Amino acid sequence: MNGVKLSGAQILLKSIEAEGVDTIFGYPGGMALPIYDALYDSGIRHILARHEQGVAHAADGYARATGRPGVCLATSGPGATNLVTGLANAFMDSVPMVAITGQVTRPSLGRDSFQEADITGITMPITKHNFLVKEPAELARTVKEAFYIATTGRPGPVLIDVPSDISLSQIDYKPPYEVNLPGYKPAPNTAPRKIMEAAQAIADARRPLIYAGGGVVISGAHNELLKLAEMLAAPVTCTLMGLGGFPGNHPLFLGMLGMHGTKYANFAVSDCDLLIAVGARFDNRVTGKVETFASKAKIIHIDIDPAEIDKNVKVDIPIEGDVKIVLDQLLAVLRPNLEEAWREKIKAWKREYPLKYCKSGNIKPQYVIQEIYNLTEGNARITTEVGQHQMWTAQYYSFTKPRSFITSGGLGTMGFGLPAAIGVQVGCPDEVVFDIAGDGSIQMNIQELCTAVNYNLPINVAILNNGYLGLVRQWQEMFYNRRYSQSELLNPDFVKLAEAYGAVGIRVTSKEEVAPALQRAIQLKKPVMLDIVIDREDNVLPIVPPGESLDKMLG
Amino acid sequence: MKHTLSVLVENNPGVLARVAGLFSRRGFNIDSLAVGMTDNSSVSRMTIVVEGDERYLEQLNKQLHKLVDVIKISDITRDAYVDRELVLIKVSADAAKRAEIMQLVDIFRARIVDVSPKTLTIEVTGNDGKVTAFEDSLRPFGIKELVRTGKIAMLRGKRASSKNHINKEEDES
Ligand SMILES: Cc1ncc(C[n+]2csc(CCOP(=O)(O)OP(=O)(O)O)c2C)c(N)n1
Ligand SMILES: [Mg+2]
Repeated sequence: MNGVKLSGAQILLKSIEAEGVDTIFGYPGGMALPIYDALYDSGIRHILARHEQGVAHAADGYARATGRPGVCLATSGPGATNLVTGLANAFMDSVPMVAITGQVTRPSLGRDSFQEADITGITMPITKHNFLVKEPAELARTVKEAFYIATTGRPGPVLIDVPSDISLSQIDYKPPYEVNLPGYKPAPNTAPRKIMEAAQAIADARRPLIYAGGGVVISGAHNELLKLAEMLAAPVTCTLMGLGGFPGNHPLFLGMLGMHGTKYANFAVSDCDLLIAVGARFDNRVTGKVETFASKAKIIHIDIDPAEIDKNVKVDIPIEGDVKIVLDQLLAVLRPNLEEAWREKIKAWKREYPLKYCKSGNIKPQYVIQEIYNLTEGNARITTEVGQHQMWTAQYYSFTKPRSFITSGGLGTMGFGLPAAIGVQVGCPDEVVFDIAGDGSIQMNIQELCTAVNYNLPINVAILNNGYLGLVRQWQEMFYNRRYSQSELLNPDFVKLAEAYGAVGIRVTSKEEVAPALQRAIQLKKPVMLDIVIDREDNVLPIVPPGESLDKMLG
Repeated sequence: MKHTLSVLVENNPGVLARVAGLFSRRGFNIDSLAVGMTDNSSVSRMTIVVEGDERYLEQLNKQLHKLVDVIKISDITRDAYVDRELVLIKVSADAAKRAEIMQLVDIFRARIVDVSPKTLTIEVTGNDGKVTAFEDSLRPFGIKELVRTGKIAMLRGKRASSKNHINKEEDES
């Protein structure tokens, strides 16, 4: 059959649609105009953010909430470089994303042309892979490969740079080729012998502990994880990325581990004789001083990325493979192993060292977070910015469902939460979405409030306003002799700001107002920004001082 | 310990930057790297010499594997292999020293490839031991310039460290 002639841009969009994409996030500009022109007639929904960083984080939030790849589009040069933080963020947290950037025409490449930036060069270390399309005939296959790479194995962002003359060229459209990537192996084969070794180690363990990371959420292994934990009556602790992968209200749950983990989770890590690491990567915020991390334990490490195994911590039983599949195989050969003494010990730690905060005085951030949980019955999708408010959210909101907590873990990007909430709301239109924000972070992508208004996305931004870059101030208080260098903030009037954007602004200054204000925000079904004035110098506790062992917690 | 890695990569633009970038950002040191096309023009081979312990090599190997353009990595260090390096050396050689240098050239089966009134330019091929010994023996005469290709290597016997024919690429009709 003789194909119809289509423009490169049309082929690009057709190929994206063929991947099942119906919504993209973007921001136009010169070298992307051919694509935008084709978009004008296409069935794809386009969300126009107000900054390309917002574009990238929105696509990221959309992907994390739905499990489908987030797609973003930007122009060359500054448009592309504005995506960079968003790509790095998605890369660190293994989020499937495809970013398409316009590029100067092929003849202008390499000549420092207007708005030329070597975006494939720039993003090489922060994408799973990237492509510069050199021939129109390569477009369809490149898009197919980009989606394949982004969504298989350990997911990650993939960038496709498309010179504008390629977008404009007229060629025969042929349906996409099959992917042909001889060097790409999405998932390693799991060695059955390792499963047996792990089963034996589990049978021998007296004090097993499960340490679950973002891999559980990504692989959809939450049910398998629950089965494993219950079969062994083994306590479970989650990383920041793992929260929601195990029910936060389950009696076996120990909360988060690491720098701002619970004392009982960190004690359990230090005392267990078997650590089962599931889709986690032994980040330094988790391990504290590596030399003393889980030093009494044999370690089983299940991960889809072989490079994560033995990277930071040497493990005893490495199991390469998709977490869900491996857990299934493991469950088939395991026998219950209920060690009463260990559970008693943990219960005692939980009783003795609960998470706690002082309830007197002004509005406590922890209280606000608990109220958001109560009012939404734990069914909201929560995004956060980065700082104390993020850690309090991790500690005090009992996440019970996978993909309900959407936060910048690996990169720790202030300004992530608001655009991410937009992406989440686009992906989950009927759900309640909250961005739990800090007064500092919210100003990094505040312009995206306009996007929410533009598309009638009823997100709720709850600013926990302490007038500080709180986490910075806390470190200065604890480790720099209270020398508050550049951490105090002069803030705008957030209520007026919300109103200026066409959103609803609500100020909350006393404890009694918290619940009614939150309730009102949820019921309004409009974009709302709450300015919640909290205690100025509250700290995130407990804390493992940087570089210390996990059992050396303060507070 | 020094390791010799034979790495097959897709002959895509930027593949060298991807490999080199990975080494630098993960703090791996390259002793030498030689790259060229194989008999299949869409595939190149890199011969990389690195120094490090087992754990270091394992991590390097796994990180390299994650590059989509890397098709296959073989650590051939412990296998029987032949390796060669080509070196060009420009050495001071006035009339008085010339005969002595030419004798060395003979012994090492090197070749003189250029002559000027004050210098000789010599080509030598061999494994690391041989070219280093040659370089050492010329040093007293005054080496003015030296360039090495880096090592290339291949397994001995009929074994290949790769299937060379990767059916990459679509019909171009
Ligand atoms: C883009 C970016 N810049 C700087 C930092 C360093 N940093 C981490 S937390 C923080 C303070 C955040 O302040 P705020 O948003 O008010 O949150 P709070 O800690 O007060 O809850 C800073 C500056 C960062 N994580 N991201
Ligand atoms: Mg603050």
